Amino acid sequence: MKHDGRFGEFGGFYVPEVLIPALEEMEEAFYKYYQDEKFVSELDNLYKNYAGRPTPLFYAERFSRLVGFKVYIKREDLLHGGAHKVNNCLGQGLLAKFMGKTKLIAETGAGQHGLATAMIGALFGMETKIFMGVTDVERQSVNVHKMKLCGAEVVPVADGTGTLKDAINEALRYWTSNVEDTFYLFGTACGPHPYPTIVRHFQSPIGIEARAQCLEQIGALPDVITACVGGGSNAIGLFSAFLDDEDVEIIGVEPAGRGIATGKHAAPLVAGKVGVLHGTKMYLMQDEDGQILETESISAGLDYPGVGPEHCLLKDSGRVRYVGVEDEAVLYVFNVFAKCEGILPALESSHALAYVLAQKGKLPADTVVVINLSGRGDKDVGIVERSENAAAKSSL
Amino acid sequence: MRTYKQVFSELKHAALIPFFVIGDPDIDSSFEIVKAAIDSGADVLELGIAFSDPIADGPTIQKADIRALDNGVTVAKALEFIKKVKAYKDIPIGLLMYYNLIFQYGLEKFYEDFHNAGVNSVLVADLSIDDADEIAPAINAAGLDTVFMVTPNTEVKRIELIASKTTGFIYTVSLLGVTGGRQELSDMVRPLVAKLKSVTDVPVCVGFGVSTAEHATQLAKAGADGVIIGSRLVKIIEKNPGDTAKAVTEISTFLKEVKTAIAAV
Repeated sequence: MKHDGRFGEFGGFYVPEVLIPALEEMEEAFYKYYQDEKFVSELDNLYKNYAGRPTPLFYAERFSRLVGFKVYIKREDLLHGGAHKVNNCLGQGLLAKFMGKTKLIAETGAGQHGLATAMIGALFGMETKIFMGVTDVERQSVNVHKMKLCGAEVVPVADGTGTLKDAINEALRYWTSNVEDTFYLFGTACGPHPYPTIVRHFQSPIGIEARAQCLEQIGALPDVITACVGGGSNAIGLFSAFLDDEDVEIIGVEPAGRGIATGKHAAPLVAGKVGVLHGTKMYLMQDEDGQILETESISAGLDYPGVGPEHCLLKDSGRVRYVGVEDEAVLYVFNVFAKCEGILPALESSHALAYVLAQKGKLPADTVVVINLSGRGDKDVGIVERSENAAAKSSL
Repeated sequence: MRTYKQVFSELKHAALIPFFVIGDPDIDSSFEIVKAAIDSGADVLELGIAFSDPIADGPTIQKADIRALDNGVTVAKALEFIKKVKAYKDIPIGLLMYYNLIFQYGLEKFYEDFHNAGVNSVLVADLSIDDADEIAPAINAAGLDTVFMVTPNTEVKRIELIASKTTGFIYTVSLLGVTGGRQELSDMVRPLVAKLKSVTDVPVCVGFGVSTAEHATQLAKAGADGVIIGSRLVKIIEKNPGDTAKAVTEISTFLKEVKTAIAAV
């Protein structure tokens, strides 16, 4: 490797020897192409005409009135596929194409990354396999169908709790056996180097656009920016453009599930400790021995015991503050926001909305807050309905 | 304490190296199984400490990890287990495990405690030569041998680097993939062993997919200094739930067959 892939003490590439050549090849290709004129112009064209970039920055007037300050929404939910995941998939997919790879594999939690990979597999005519935990296959069945419609094979993973972590384990195992012709299109700003760097780069348009749009629409930078954090790709995409703007407060929102105190959550930055999993050193949910703990979140896309290494550094440096929001508050804001703005927010993104709703009345009226709406909530309607039915039953 | 050097210089044949997960299916049965392996001719033991997310392992070892964890194995219990094995016989022991368990235990303390218990080396499945410097001070302070992996896609320059940092043996992965029994020996392994032999004098032991006495014989003929057999043995434990005696008998019979075969090469 040419770079150590470190963010302070975090990051690195803790992988079996067999994967090193593939990561080296990917690192070399990324640095060769990411500023290459042909690559950039092809990617820009795809961002614009396939995915629908730039996405709007929308002033949410009724939600603003509700909370008592100004809330702007970065509309990544409007992208093709319904989430920010397409940004990264186009970037990595194009990289795979430039590298001459013909097969894609990916892991997925909520199915958004799986779907985006399946779309890009179809777009580039590549054979695509998606690894997905059985629990997630069940709770995100619509996305499974969409992936299959795009021609991808969905491989259900029954290990562990059948969620994102187990899907990554199985994708890595498959990759070791097929490393010579297969490109692993990793979904978040986590995993071994060079993924955290690559994914941040391909998600960076979120922040670059949002920053320019603030200056254009408001004439100033926002006071606060916020995004949900699972692995951390939509958040790092937004945050990266604002890190040097010292007056902009940055908040990352992790899934506190049923509550940090219950242990049933997926908030390693709030309540984990440093460890190594899936090729990277990061904050991690684990027991005393270092065995990885089961996680719980209503949003499949955030249901992961670790978090991207750059977020770990940003936590330790104090530049970003990370907080947790519980499932109950997430479900509540899902309804509130839909009724305020006529927009169904993904349960993942609803974590950031819930944090902002909780600041109601606490911030001056002229405060400007930008929320990254990383995905749309159509995929979550069934989950919300089931939760509401369960809540109605238990209150009888 | 018996060293790898003694084993590899004294043996007239390839070393027989069985692998088990400590505490599979439970601590007491696991000890009976390991004793039987020693009595059946094991020259070195390769032992795993179960991890919740073993990305380098196929289904057989994954299930063994789950059995061991479900039956309460911890890193502390693994340490006691090793002391008991060493009290039974002074046989070199290599650990094969994942980095997070070492990292949480504390690097210095881990290598010191396990070396004191009688461990000769610790192969970390998810730590390559690039990060060797992170663990090297603790390994050297404790006085352990080093073991690193080489795979069929490792380039020659990198093999030389790995060999230069290896004092125990090179754990040669026979194929591109995870652990698990295979019908045929990978066709990548013989050229790999030959390549290793041409660039280094460090002992070369082959694992992953080594499943039969015939495989072991072929590897010994190809020049391997040791054969590591894991999933094939662990499968026997999986197939005999609640019947340790039967598992012990089958494992002993199989290992004796392999030993006879490689001793004849």
